[in-house]
Amino acid sequence: MTEKKDTNGYLDMELLRFTTAGSVDDGKSTLIGRLLYDSKSIFQDQIEAIEIASKNKGNEETDLALLTDGLRAEREQGITIDVAYRYFATPKRKFIIADTPGHIQYTRNMVTGASTANLAIILIDARHGVIEQTLRHSYIASLLKIPHIVVCINKMDLVDYDESAYEKIKKQFMSFAPKLDVKDIEFIPISALKGDNVVEPSKQMTWYQGTTLLYLLENIYIKGDNNYVDARFPVQYVIRPQSDEFHDYRGYAGRIDGGIFKVGDKIKVFPSGLESKIKSIDTLNESLDMAFAPQSVSITIEDDIDISRGDMIVKTENLMRQSQDITAMISWFNERPLQVRGKYALRHTTNDVKCIIQEVKFKMDINSLERNYDDKEVKMNDIARIQLKTTKPLFFDGYKKNRYTGSFVLIDEVTNETVGAGMIIDKA
Amino acid sequence: MNNYHLNHLRELEAESIFIFREVAAQFDNPVILFSGGKDSIVMFHLARKAFYPAKVPIPLLHIDTGHNFKEAIEFRDNLVEKYGVKLYVGSVQKTIDEGKVQEETGYNASRNVLQTTTLLDAIEEHKFDAALGGGRRDEEKARAKERFFSHRDEFGQWDPKNQRPELWNIFNGKKRMGEHFRVFPLSNWTELDVWQYIYMEDIEIPSLYYTHRREVFERDGVLLAAAPFMQLKPTEKIETLDVRCRTIGDITNTGLTRSKADNLKDIIDEIAAERTTERGQRFDDKRSETAMEDRKKEGYF
Repeated sequence: MTEKKDTNGYLDMELLRFTTAGSVDDGKSTLIGRLLYDSKSIFQDQIEAIEIASKNKGNEETDLALLTDGLRAEREQGITIDVAYRYFATPKRKFIIADTPGHIQYTRNMVTGASTANLAIILIDARHGVIEQTLRHSYIASLLKIPHIVVCINKMDLVDYDESAYEKIKKQFMSFAPKLDVKDIEFIPISALKGDNVVEPSKQMTWYQGTTLLYLLENIYIKGDNNYVDARFPVQYVIRPQSDEFHDYRGYAGRIDGGIFKVGDKIKVFPSGLESKIKSIDTLNESLDMAFAPQSVSITIEDDIDISRGDMIVKTENLMRQSQDITAMISWFNERPLQVRGKYALRHTTNDVKCIIQEVKFKMDINSLERNYDDKEVKMNDIARIQLKTTKPLFFDGYKKNRYTGSFVLIDEVTNETVGAGMIIDKA
Repeated sequence: MNNYHLNHLRELEAESIFIFREVAAQFDNPVILFSGGKDSIVMFHLARKAFYPAKVPIPLLHIDTGHNFKEAIEFRDNLVEKYGVKLYVGSVQKTIDEGKVQEETGYNASRNVLQTTTLLDAIEEHKFDAALGGGRRDEEKARAKERFFSHRDEFGQWDPKNQRPELWNIFNGKKRMGEHFRVFPLSNWTELDVWQYIYMEDIEIPSLYYTHRREVFERDGVLLAAAPFMQLKPTEKIETLDVRCRTIGDITNTGLTRSKADNLKDIIDEIAAERTTERGQRFDDKRSETAMEDRKKEGYF
């Protein structure tokens, strides 16, 4: 007989997206393996597959890291090249892990994984304490505005579960934390290998009064992570059924990037500046009285005004910034360095414009968190502050206020590649 | 503010609807790959949601190996008629008859690999610039690294080492002439999410997913359906059992599960208690450790 689960309870689950950044030897793969294994998310055939692969490589023990290494090139080289997404669930939450490599040459992958995460796990080897890589991971989490950071001090078994080793590292981390912009930092001493404080509380570290990692992942408060104050609706697509039943229907389809919209709300449309009221909020199942981020809906309005993809609908009481001059932090992804005076396609929400890069203000040394005003060549995996000018005004918020209306990507118009990701700094 | 909250299925739904609308906005001639299996049925349901109250503006494409469960084909045809959507069919048999591919021989002969040629031909013939597939990252390790918007060169090939970064909810579908995209709106869903969503939304699925009595035989620990084109080894015996499909694909590599589950709640309980992945029951993935990665590079689904 199979075990009966409460299906209705499952429908109340929340979604938590988190990122783990680390290198081969800091136990990241073991930690993920442990979370997947202890939450019974590894299936028999997956275990068999990695057992065979481990034997083929001549390993005596089953290598849990193989679970998280996907592509042939990665397995051959024993490294993770790309962002890999992993999934597991407990009765409380569904988790999406963006598993990213930690080497400096993969900064772009860490940035990508961090862009949608609610939480970042930063792993520190208890024997080595805070190292360059810790600073790098923490800075990226802070730059991308991941709301919660959990610092896992791993391999506690190798320092005899010593409380003072843990406290020392915690202090080290807190000494540079003021340079970061993170509101919520937690520390947990763990041993991913032995399982201490990952899913089960440690019997070796009775001095630790906090929760296990899984408990924290299941219970950390994330309802405050979305912006419910500033109502933002980028128009994605215009729905015109042209059927008898919906003859004059004109719905503006999109995903709410922030705030709450209600039927009857006064709205303003950018760039036209015209005002109207919300007439209905429609979905296939039902028409809604209100909708909030991150729902995908179709909105109709009272007046017949021209609205198309790329336009932004906001509430009249809470407007956005508008400008052609943008200051931003940029993470560079491409082998071809950023070209000052170069022109790029820029996509911000659903809006496409062109831009010219005017100036590199400084480059960030992400190993020391110092600004570099001398070397301004922005190469792959560099992070820099830049000034750019767009052909048409952008309607935006600062990235601090809203990750979706405050971000953009740059696209090379010749190769069509996504070459950089920007986070807008609101100077006002 | 505590009430402004979506459960995980509604959040996944909102993400998938966003992807469908991005495809409709960014591409001229997209198509939904439709097999009649649960993932493609959920895909079509999400497409209806994305464009309501308009009809789904994207046609369907079925790559037909000729080795179908008749229930799946009936289901496909009913759905097409009910929702007034256009269906294209790419025939693997035709690809074989034209001599473009060689039919495999032997006991484990499958047309699975041959589908790639038919698919790429259909994409070229109808000039589709985006093909929406129901692939999920939890299915297989090569899929775990694929993007929502997955770029294909003019030969239909995937370059896993040179994928475009995807940040926030910005998806770059820019391409050159002759290139196309594969788009995976269900990337972040798991098998259990799909079933829970079918339950939550009361979505109709083919009867094959529920328990039924069928002639089957066992090969390498997997139950396969008896069919005229399935060649039995001397040691294999046909027996009649109560089974259901966990996935629906080509008959030659769709494993069946012994089950009495005749409703969604029981199916969900079964899935939640399963100890193997759904891909573990598919013959196509047992061929080699990098079977999926290799097929994907060539242009497979």
